[in-house]
Amino acid sequence: METKFDRRSFLRVTGTALSIGALYTVFPGLTRKAGAEGMARTLAELNGEAPAPFSFMQLSDTHVGFNGPPDPLGTKAFESAVATVNGLKNRPELVIVTGDLTHDADSPDEHAKRFKLFKEISSRIGGAQLKVVPGENDAGLDGGDMFREFMGPTHYSFDHRGVHFIALDNVSAGRPVVGAAQIAWMKADLARFPKTAPIIVFTHRPLFDLKPEWDWSTSDGDDVMNALAPYENVTVLYGHIHRENFHQDGTTKMYAARSLIFAFPDPATAKVKKPMPFDKAQPFKDLGIRRVNGDASGNDLQLEEVALATAEFSGTVGMDQMLKHGSADAQDE
Amino acid sequence: MKTSIINKIVGTILLAGVCEIGLVGVPSMISLTRASDNPKVIEITAKKFEFTPNQITLKKGEPVILRVTTADRVHGFMSRPLKFDTDIAVGKATDVAVTPDTVGDFTVICDHYCGTGHGGMNMKIIVVE
Repeated sequence: METKFDRRSFLRVTGTALSIGALYTVFPGLTRKAGAEGMARTLAELNGEAPAPFSFMQLSDTHVGFNGPPDPLGTKAFESAVATVNGLKNRPELVIVTGDLTHDADSPDEHAKRFKLFKEISSRIGGAQLKVVPGENDAGLDGGDMFREFMGPTHYSFDHRGVHFIALDNVSAGRPVVGAAQIAWMKADLARFPKTAPIIVFTHRPLFDLKPEWDWSTSDGDDVMNALAPYENVTVLYGHIHRENFHQDGTTKMYAARSLIFAFPDPATAKVKKPMPFDKAQPFKDLGIRRVNGDASGNDLQLEEVALATAEFSGTVGMDQMLKHGSADAQDE
Repeated sequence: MKTSIINKIVGTILLAGVCEIGLVGVPSMISLTRASDNPKVIEITAKKFEFTPNQITLKKGEPVILRVTTADRVHGFMSRPLKFDTDIAVGKATDVAVTPDTVGDFTVICDHYCGTGHGGMNMKIIVVE
């Protein structure tokens, strides 16, 4: 008899979506489920590690090098997010960044500086493995060469505590496409797993037609979803749209993360894709960390909003100084 | 049943007759025939980060060719509702055949990343009756 995971105990998220810096708690009750023992053994044999509770964090669209308009604070939100992660009582074991680590630059030398600055800031995260995929700003112009030089491969997979993670590249072809070769690789990569294995796919663009006229789609997203369809416990995490979104395709749940630079408006109501204006009174508005915690009783996970630190920018004088010094290298988005 | 068959036969004969008349002597029919055989060509130029013209108007049901060229680098040319998605390569024109079947305003975007202003590179196609 095949043993199935309790889906709700795999990755349970209440509400509509997860935000930037969402802290996922995985398998909060798995080890308590008597029926899960067989699957736990299977996964332990497959990837050398039995499922166990752990947490990870998703950041997205840090756009290092972008300095407004509309956001004149540059990397301040990213740096604040890193500090906030380091201050968490329950530290994540993984930090996943779903693309647009850097903001594109006309000069390769300038772009390289931005990758170096991303690495410097992200290296301040203590005790967590960093896993990244490229966005079109990172890899859309050079086929991903500079991304590979600084960050490693643009697509790959790994296992962590019984969960199989797949990093998908849907940007480095220039077009919003994963491509037949990468999809074939993913199918082969998944072939060793039972259909009930927990799988987390992380990528930059949405794998469905969220808003194609805003460039919020992946042209062969249907092919990717068809390849994932046989698997029952798939979660897709992505960025690119600079706002929260939840979408379900069959049993696959897809969550978008907010940006750490600025927000885009609601595509259901906005006529044009235009960044939300910077709010001097709330410099990190729509940027923040949402922590998702499970408890020992196996109840639903609890969402907890964790505000980014803004003390540095509080008060008119402090903000004016920041605005004055922070807008020197404004870029067109 | 018999009446229906007779109606179809008569209708076919009449239609054939009208087409024949049109081909030999009615300008409007000739015009329609040629429109579908030789669709109107509209030239569009792409460059970072704009299309020129950035708005065109088409008629519902009327086939056209959008002849797109690029002035600098490869760009994309995509509209999901109008059912086209192609790259515009450097050094040659790319013909996109379109027969709009719905009235409305449609956004065409560059979906091949072309730089920091890429997100705003689009044009509008207005389809009228």
